[in-house]
Amino acid sequence: MQIYLPIAEVSVNAFVLLGLGGIVGILSGMFGVGGGFLITPLLFFIGIPPAVAVATGTNQIVASSFSGLLAHLKRKTVDLRMGTVLLAGGLVGAALGVQVFAMLREMGQVDLLVKLCYVVFLGIIGALMFIESLRALRRSRTPGRSAPRRQRTWVHALPLKMKFRTSGLYISAIPPAIVGMMVGVLAAVMGVGGGFIMVPAMIYVLGMPTKVVVGTSLFQIIFVTAFTTLMHAVTNYTVDMALAALLLVGGVIGAQVGTRIGIKMKAEQLRILLALLVLVVCGKLALELLLEPSELYSIGPVGQ
Amino acid sequence: MMRRLLRSAAVILATALMPVALAAQEARDAPEATQSAPAAAEAAAPTTADTPDTPGAEAPPTAAESKPEKEESAPETIVASLSQNRVSITASFDGSEILIFGAVKRERPAPDGPLHVIITVSGPSMPTTVRRKERVAGIWVNTDAVEIDAAPSFYAVSTTAPLPEILSEVSDLRHRISIERAIRSVGAPATITDSPAFTEALIRIREKQDLYALLENSTTLLDDALFRTEIALPANLVEGNYTTRIYLLRGGRVVEESDTTIFVSKVGVERWIFNLAHEQPLIYGLLSLFIAIAAGWGASAVFRYMRF
Repeated sequence: MQIYLPIAEVSVNAFVLLGLGGIVGILSGMFGVGGGFLITPLLFFIGIPPAVAVATGTNQIVASSFSGLLAHLKRKTVDLRMGTVLLAGGLVGAALGVQVFAMLREMGQVDLLVKLCYVVFLGIIGALMFIESLRALRRSRTPGRSAPRRQRTWVHALPLKMKFRTSGLYISAIPPAIVGMMVGVLAAVMGVGGGFIMVPAMIYVLGMPTKVVVGTSLFQIIFVTAFTTLMHAVTNYTVDMALAALLLVGGVIGAQVGTRIGIKMKAEQLRILLALLVLVVCGKLALELLLEPSELYSIGPVGQ
Repeated sequence: MMRRLLRSAAVILATALMPVALAAQEARDAPEATQSAPAAAEAAAPTTADTPDTPGAEAPPTAAESKPEKEESAPETIVASLSQNRVSITASFDGSEILIFGAVKRERPAPDGPLHVIITVSGPSMPTTVRRKERVAGIWVNTDAVEIDAAPSFYAVSTTAPLPEILSEVSDLRHRISIERAIRSVGAPATITDSPAFTEALIRIREKQDLYALLENSTTLLDDALFRTEIALPANLVEGNYTTRIYLLRGGRVVEESDTTIFVSKVGVERWIFNLAHEQPLIYGLLSLFIAIAAGWGASAVFRYMRF
């Protein structure tokens, strides 16, 4: 069933969009990532103009994240307090990031920088997570089974300590605010919710338990992406409501399914899968940069 | 520019050797065409004066003189129609076929030589940037960019015979009929020496998307009088006024042309969403978010109810 999208001005198959939304929704519910780093390239692939794909992708992430968040809230796996601290940092970071983005655009080559950012961050995070979770998986198989997970690091030596009961942490509010801010900057520059950076940062820098991390990340993502969607709608007119509606029908259902799958799985397995996913996307982007493209030329509107 | 001018001058010289009617026609076409055309006509004036034994040598008629003369003696005129002159883009829009048909009306017997028809459909033109990637330090980066001043969003050319056989270079320049000519690219940055490659790339990419098409031999012409063609508008159509032009050609030269407009517009929900997005962007953005949140909550509620 073909459907014509009013803002994107292309005609696409409605079932393809439903399926796409569904797959990204499942991942979103399972891993606590918004799926922005997946859905945007996938939309490019089916022929949606990049500007519309980026803006509408954020709107779809709001929906699937919200659906996932509700499922997590019911299971009490969201640290609202931690989420709020992260969010406060995130909004500051996003505002900074918009400035950085404008600066880069003036210098040109913003596309390349975004892609390089993706490859570097996805590569580092994916590799680190993969190694760590592999080690954890091996450790949990050995009979000893003593996993001294939480080391005391510089994170615990800072002032402004707060109790994060859901996470079982008593740490300073400064590290989460900084993490949130850094993710905010990257989110604005790279046009994603930042879940794939946030989740590992919460696990490895803040030492939060994996189960809580996913819900908390979703909580933060909703606000960041909602903000981005509004910005795109007001400044670029590139949010396609029809496209978003189709994606999010698949997305919200997928997110519910994903959350249920995630709860049944071991934390290590969850992490190793996310690491693999991140590495696959990174590999694909890296190949795009390294291999000679079949069409050297590309068409775009004037002034970008 | 110089070479182009010389070529035009040569053709006009050849024109002067032909019957006067055709020369008048050529001159009539001159002012409305490219910038080089009037210049070419001027350049032609001394040249023709140099050849006293040419039949039509009494100095080529200027545009002002030839116009009224032409109007009273148009040998062939076009009567044409379209299967639809309004294309509505609805939610289920999946492309559209336009049938263009018509007849050649004559008040006196047809002149000698075969008659050919070219029909073009052209979407709204807009400036476009074409970028080229190059390998820099091992990775592929956009380096050169050329701004094309005006490129139609859609362009189809349907003809009765292969285009180069029925359309002369000069007429193409004047009427901008072939795809290459329909794209207007004036200034490439000085650093780019091969700017035609960018125009070629634009055509190649748009042809792949079915947005540009050269359909040779797809117009049928019956008894040198009735013609028809079908042009497919693809699903990825942009809104706007699409101009349909019909050209009659004899001996590589346009002898008559006529144009009509096809109005392509979004209707219904598509129209409403598009207008809201552009006129009330804040409300539109909030509405999008509201839909997203409501859908997220709805799915959650349904799943809870079903106790998965």
